Amino acid sequence: MKYQTQKIAYPYILCALALFAVQVLVGLVAGWVYVAPNFLAEIFPFHILRMMHTNALIVWLLLGFFGAAYFLIPEESEREIWSPVMAYIQLVILMVGTLGAVVSYAFEIHGGREFLEQPLWVKLGILVAAVMFLINVTMTVLQGRKTAITNVLLMGLWLLSLLWIFAFINPENLSLDKMYWWFVVHLWVEATWELVMASILAFILLKLTGVDREVVEKWLYVIVATALFSGILGTGHHYYWIGTPGYWQWLGSIFSTFEVVPFFLMMSFAFVMVWKGRRNHPNKAALLWSLGASTVAFFGAGVWGFLHTLHGVNFYSHGTQITAAHGHLAFYGAYVALNLAMFTYAMPLLKQREPYNQVLNMASFWLMTGGMCFMTFTLTFAGTIQTHMQRVMGQNYMDVQDSLTIFYVMRWGSGLAVVIGALLFMYALLVVRRKEVIAPGASNPASSESTPIPAE
Amino acid sequence: MAEMLTKSRARNIFYGGSLFFVVVFIALAVHSHYHIVNTSTAGAPLTEAVAHGKSVWERHSCINCHTLHGEGAYFAPELGNVMTRWGVQDDPEGAFEVLDAWIEAQPSGIEGRRQMPHFELTEEDKRGLAEFLRWADQTNLQGWPPNDAG
Repeated sequence: MKYQTQKIAYPYILCALALFAVQVLVGLVAGWVYVAPNFLAEIFPFHILRMMHTNALIVWLLLGFFGAAYFLIPEESEREIWSPVMAYIQLVILMVGTLGAVVSYAFEIHGGREFLEQPLWVKLGILVAAVMFLINVTMTVLQGRKTAITNVLLMGLWLLSLLWIFAFINPENLSLDKMYWWFVVHLWVEATWELVMASILAFILLKLTGVDREVVEKWLYVIVATALFSGILGTGHHYYWIGTPGYWQWLGSIFSTFEVVPFFLMMSFAFVMVWKGRRNHPNKAALLWSLGASTVAFFGAGVWGFLHTLHGVNFYSHGTQITAAHGHLAFYGAYVALNLAMFTYAMPLLKQREPYNQVLNMASFWLMTGGMCFMTFTLTFAGTIQTHMQRVMGQNYMDVQDSLTIFYVMRWGSGLAVVIGALLFMYALLVVRRKEVIAPGASNPASSESTPIPAE
Repeated sequence: MAEMLTKSRARNIFYGGSLFFVVVFIALAVHSHYHIVNTSTAGAPLTEAVAHGKSVWERHSCINCHTLHGEGAYFAPELGNVMTRWGVQDDPEGAFEVLDAWIEAQPSGIEGRRQMPHFELTEEDKRGLAEFLRWADQTNLQGWPPNDAG
């Protein structure tokens, strides 16, 4: 850690991990309701559980992005963060808002648009926090060195904050409501968040592999160009069946097919950089998470997205468990794993110690990733059967669901693996041990020093 | 990557191309807005009851169990065409009566069956909700869903 204000990232990461725990635990409970539908039905009905599951996810991912920004911007800009006080106030606002939202949900006080259920005061709090954040990091970047990584990161964060305005716009016309709702939801996860993801990935790879900055940054621009060229009009794949014009079926099919490209490039980028890399960085766990995030993002967001994005397929699969399968693996690969990669990289530096417990951390990677993949497979099978029985044969929804129980049981089992993996990750990251569990082999000596990094 | 693609060229392509797609997207979104208002949802008036029904729908977060036009949670049936499924799409009074009976019968309490919570709704709320779902049902969704099962 070269700059004192990088440590602002530390409380952000801690808060993010706490909400991560809430997210997966509530998810496990919600998954159990699929298996035993009467469980908690009177006290904590499913819609409240799901709201907490999705909202906790979104907020912790954002906290992770903010934390990552506070960690990497000083290094990139070669400046301390403009106002550390403002950064801490921002975190307090976000956490008060989040806890306020959770308590409101428990008392069934909430908005009614999916993922945007936060009460108005919380939405306004998020807006204020976002503005504070943008002022803070923009001032830092403007005064310091400008790099492609900070350019792309800031562009992503500015655009996603601007799009948040649409969270306040709720027309009475349902189809208009849906159309503008996607301005937040799709243009976040399939456009602006990809900019944030790519820039954080570029930063980590730059540090871990030591590849020349010019090479990394050229890749970065190409990746984000393909992300926005495909992702903006790719919004059309949500405009097939909500009352929008028919031309979206062609536009959405064509452009969202190209949405696979940035994810393929990010995966290639990660592997090529590691291949070219000349630095033997001691933090192998961060490297595993970076490669894993880009690979699972390619399958979850890219391949599983393409699976049901063509309008002829989507006509039958829209709104079935296929969507749930895709949603889970895409979020895990693209955003959860990437955040965990950044946490894994940054935490030892923030705590000013060597990257301990890497083997446990890597074990948690395989447990979580294995669990998420298994979950995705079970939901894909469930969705395929549902699509056939309900959409092709025309059988009643509840009858179809009853025949899918076996898949929901398996999904719950895989969810349990994910929860254990997540808790293991937190243990490996937060509980300091004196030394590594397994010593590195002589043929691939991992340096025991993490601080001296040449050329950067 | 090819030598001719320098970093600054890649950056310019990124900024220029993104701006182009943003402009195209905004133009299409404006057109879609008018298409929704004037064509696809124009089959029935957006009355006060419909608007009230939408607020009831939101207040109780129906979207976090059900889907509506295929969007939402996937825990409970699609409701965008529920009035057609119930055979009351053209019968406002019938729509209210069926919905009223359904809401008041929840939760079913049947063991092993997904439970819909009991929501305290006034008659105005339930009439609004019925009108909202009838209004949603008449939207032109390009032929979706494939059948009445939703």
